[in-house]
Amino acid sequence: MSSAALLSIEGLSVALPTPRGRLLAVDQVDLTLAPGRTLGIVGESGSGKSMLARSVLQLLPKRAEFSGRVLFEGQDLAQLKPEALRRLRGPALAVVFQDPMTSLNPVLSIGTQIVETLQAHTGIASQAASRRAVELLAEVGIPAPEQRLRQYPHQLSGGMRQRVAIAIALSCEPRLLIADEPTTALDVTIQAQILDLLAREQQRRHMAMILITHDLGVVAGRTDEVAVMYAGRVVERAPTPVLFDRMRMPYTEALLAAIPKLDAAPHTRLPAISGRPPDPTRPLPGCSFAPRCGHVDERCLAAKPPLSALDASGGQYACWHPLQPVAVEGA
Amino acid sequence: MQQASGQALLEVENLVVEYAVGGKTVHAISDVSLTVGRGETLGLVGESGCGKSTLGRAVLQLRRPTAGKVIFDGTDLTRLAGEALRLMRPRLQLIFQDPIASLNPRRRIGDIVAEPLLITGVADRAERERRVHEVLVAVGLDPDQTRGRLPHEFSGGQCQRICIARALILEPQLVICDEPVSALDVSIRAQILNLLEDMKGRYGLTLLFIAHDLAVVKAVSDRIAVMYLGRLCEIAPTGQLFAQPAHPYTRLLLDAIPVPDPAVRPALNVPVGEPPSPIAPPTGCRFRTRCPRADALCAEEKPELRPVRGGQFVACHHPLIDSSAPMPANTRPQ
Repeated sequence: MSSAALLSIEGLSVALPTPRGRLLAVDQVDLTLAPGRTLGIVGESGSGKSMLARSVLQLLPKRAEFSGRVLFEGQDLAQLKPEALRRLRGPALAVVFQDPMTSLNPVLSIGTQIVETLQAHTGIASQAASRRAVELLAEVGIPAPEQRLRQYPHQLSGGMRQRVAIAIALSCEPRLLIADEPTTALDVTIQAQILDLLAREQQRRHMAMILITHDLGVVAGRTDEVAVMYAGRVVERAPTPVLFDRMRMPYTEALLAAIPKLDAAPHTRLPAISGRPPDPTRPLPGCSFAPRCGHVDERCLAAKPPLSALDASGGQYACWHPLQPVAVEGA
Repeated sequence: MQQASGQALLEVENLVVEYAVGGKTVHAISDVSLTVGRGETLGLVGESGCGKSTLGRAVLQLRRPTAGKVIFDGTDLTRLAGEALRLMRPRLQLIFQDPIASLNPRRRIGDIVAEPLLITGVADRAERERRVHEVLVAVGLDPDQTRGRLPHEFSGGQCQRICIARALILEPQLVICDEPVSALDVSIRAQILNLLEDMKGRYGLTLLFIAHDLAVVKAVSDRIAVMYLGRLCEIAPTGQLFAQPAHPYTRLLLDAIPVPDPAVRPALNVPVGEPPSPIAPPTGCRFRTRCPRADALCAEEKPELRPVRGGQFVACHHPLIDSSAPMPANTRPQ
């Protein structure tokens, strides 16, 4: 919104040619993120959340058709030359992916991978880089960091590998960290540890963070703002407490209702969302959620609802029939 | 050991599964006993590598146990082999985590679902077709739209429905569901959980429901067993386990679950650390290396599963509840 935005995504669309036709992965997304803030992006498979992250990093497949702007500190990343982008990745933008086994190089030691990153981006001397690598491993909670430096990814557990991937991402003090499903491949107790680690480092470094997940539970306690994606679009966006307090978009409400609750009685029937998301190679003329929505009418099928202007509580939604905030009795 | 509601359909007694890897022994399951009553759903939870899937396979004799008994409806399956075991198989079925990988991509859905009938000798084609039609309708698929198509034409949720249809067509008594919804999106997961509940009622099934997600397990289970590194930590009626876990590991699992409510502070004191290797499990209590309550006794002596109260059993020297204290009113431990 304001000129102080660290990241500003404007009218971003990404389409991919496929044998079945043009697949619209991201459809006209606008988002902003201020320095030091955390944004959660929630969506199911195919909602476009990972393609959105890749657009910010400019790591899209070569054949992807990209339109719109991704402004990072005022620079349009899409206009930058590869060399300029390379200078930004690391010190400015860093990423942690879902699967640390595939994001780490299996034939290089942990130490080599951290030192290599530090040297490529900061020009630090090799001995200093090794010392820094030990510090970084200690900061991300890896016991006996000196010994770990000589180990290879396959010698570490999934949780430890993700800690290493986070250490590499943090090594050049990025101003924006994108964590794309960072805990989806991990067990629940390890997930809690990794989310804690990310939250702690985000606050300590005053770093902005985009946390991408399919789990509303993951963003609930750990983000300032949440954007919900469905079929390539942001369908609802609000400060996190506002979103959970009064959801306006029926999809967000249905998504939350479909999660089994810890405080529900055993054998409680879940309010499932019928059907499934639309085929992304066959975009619907109206609202993408309309075929699964309980509030659907002719207008929803005919015209795509735009993302509304910010309301008083800072929320936006894309719906012709938003859920009304629950009226207070007698007010 | 622990009493299941009703007469037990499945009794696992002192089950041990060990296997050799590179000259070392992996202690996948060490002396686990549990029962599943007729018509009951027993949830089995634990983290990767705790042995929960191995337990499911050992029950089905897909992995032969090293020791112990698996008594299904009065028969010890570990003593059966060859034809005798094959004749038993239609009564026990398995649903896997990845529905797409568990369907042959080159076969039509009608043939995939009918195959168990062919194997068990239902020779009449009309009879097979009638039963395929019936079971596809039961799992919420349109038989005419489904039978002639290939697995890749279906989404993950639909493939899981097909897998469920294939498991149910022989009208089994026991179905072992191994992480049946872990690979599915949230909005699809609820559909499949509801379907499993419906099928349980319709076909009178007994379920062993294996998953790592306690909230998912809670939605379907009558009782829950918690495993850690090859041993059972706790087993209790579902409501009781959530209201008042007795084992420190159960508490850790509960605290680690992200709650979709910003008002609930995420647990910030989850102990750092990971399960040790099942090749060299800790002596005594296997959880002691991560347990805040561990002492010398825990290192020396293996805690046996013992009753706490009302169907709740715990294997811990220092359980979180005193068996004489009253039950609390709240259901969400903080």
